[in-house]
Amino acid sequence: MGKRLLLRGNEVIAEAAIRAGCQCYFAYPITPQAELLQHMAVNMPRLGRTFIQAESELAAINMVYGAASAGVRTMTSSSSPGISLKQEGISYLAGSNLPAVIVNIVRGGPGLGDIAPSQCDYFQATKGGGHGDYHMIVLGPSTVPEAGQLTMLAFELADQYRTPVMLLADGMLGQMMEPVELPEPIEISSLPQKEWATNGAKGRDPNIILSFDLDPEVLKQMNLILQERYRQIEAKEVRYEETATGDADIAIVAYGTVARIVKTVIKMARAEGIKLGLFRPITLWPFPSQALKKLSEKVATVLTVEMSAGQMWEDVRLAIAERAETPFYGEMGGVIPTPQRILSEVKKHAG
Amino acid sequence: MDNSVVIAGFGGQGVILAGKILAQAGMNHGLEVTWLPSYGPEMRGGTANCTVVLSNDPVGSPIVDNPTALIAMNLPSLDKFESTVATNGVIIMNSSLIQRRRKQKDVRSFSLALNDLAQKVGSVKTINMIALGAYIKASGIIPLSTIQTTMAQMLKKDGKDKFIPLNRKALKEGYNALQE
Repeated sequence: MGKRLLLRGNEVIAEAAIRAGCQCYFAYPITPQAELLQHMAVNMPRLGRTFIQAESELAAINMVYGAASAGVRTMTSSSSPGISLKQEGISYLAGSNLPAVIVNIVRGGPGLGDIAPSQCDYFQATKGGGHGDYHMIVLGPSTVPEAGQLTMLAFELADQYRTPVMLLADGMLGQMMEPVELPEPIEISSLPQKEWATNGAKGRDPNIILSFDLDPEVLKQMNLILQERYRQIEAKEVRYEETATGDADIAIVAYGTVARIVKTVIKMARAEGIKLGLFRPITLWPFPSQALKKLSEKVATVLTVEMSAGQMWEDVRLAIAERAETPFYGEMGGVIPTPQRILSEVKKHAG
Repeated sequence: MDNSVVIAGFGGQGVILAGKILAQAGMNHGLEVTWLPSYGPEMRGGTANCTVVLSNDPVGSPIVDNPTALIAMNLPSLDKFESTVATNGVIIMNSSLIQRRRKQKDVRSFSLALNDLAQKVGSVKTINMIALGAYIKASGIIPLSTIQTTMAQMLKKDGKDKFIPLNRKALKEGYNALQE
């Protein structure tokens, strides 16, 4: 690890992508992720890699499809309305078994919304925002250093499972600065060869990449291959963090920046004698249902806190069923749940 | 105890940069820090603010209900944030642009004519450094020399070497201007 630098979340995600061996980056500008694109604009050409400011979000995601087909590590980034435009392309990536990284620095919605931080794209990210029976791995960083680490991981998982991976962070994490030790760069030449890539068929049979077959039985088989892979991902790649849950009477489930705000609330609550803990999903898909189910057998109340109307809350209730009380507190439109606001919600349900 | 400061003013008064220098200096001083800007339309001429948290422990929330300090560079900023300042917190208000007195009773409040002090140093553009110097004195969290060195490193990195002596002077002027 190198020295500590004070950097924005957006810059760290961009730099981590470079260090993960991202060779082609395509995007269209949008607030609040502009610094990510700026960092790539300055640094990718300097390294002899490809940076293209595309004419639209649709163009950018289809350039990603092309680069992924050619077997290189590739990424695009945007914010909510721009990510909506990319959904068709993401579905095609999933259907074609193509690895790629998509970054969503979420802002208030729906529609044009605003540019303030939000978590209102959870459904879109985790339930398949595009058409068809697909999932992608969704990672939710909580701090600026973790945004860097999970960007590196996103490229690893994308290649390993031949799937699109989304990094889902809100505008606050994109804009804020925090000390970070940047991850060590990987050697691009050390990455395993992608035997399936369409990178020149001289001396071998041509590879074909597509998400299409008119024969329902064949398309069913293609779907079963995807589903088999999703089961593997669910078995092996669930990630979460528990804080102060050992003796907790009440636990909050929160991800991303809301989870770090809750860490402050834990100190405030415990100073007042409320035994509060935090369960933080790091993978939003696959959702850590089993671990949360286990926790719900120990605590009386599991309070979900989100910057949305209760999107992750659905997964929380699916995991917990009737084992604990499952109240919800959310803010929308870019309003941030501050420590005091969360604490007063906790008090409503504690004891 | 966490130190948290909201720096607020008009776009163009340099509040975002002052916050960045404070956060960077805090990190250089061995503290954990976060810097959170109000981003967006504020940056284009309205009011701007940023929140800096400095702590010995990893920072949880980068957003603060009750900051331990407020630097109010203009009246709208004082109106907006005064009531949020924590008990026994610090308010530094720019009396060049703020005619009213404080409303909060249980705070340590300092009125400094930031614009006039900046003019005296040589440029009204240094008001953010005057304010930052005063905050360093009031909070005692980071030595003046650390802020000065950090400012110089950051301006140098941006190729603005020629402004370093002026800003160094402004930090010291603000530091000395604040009297208990």
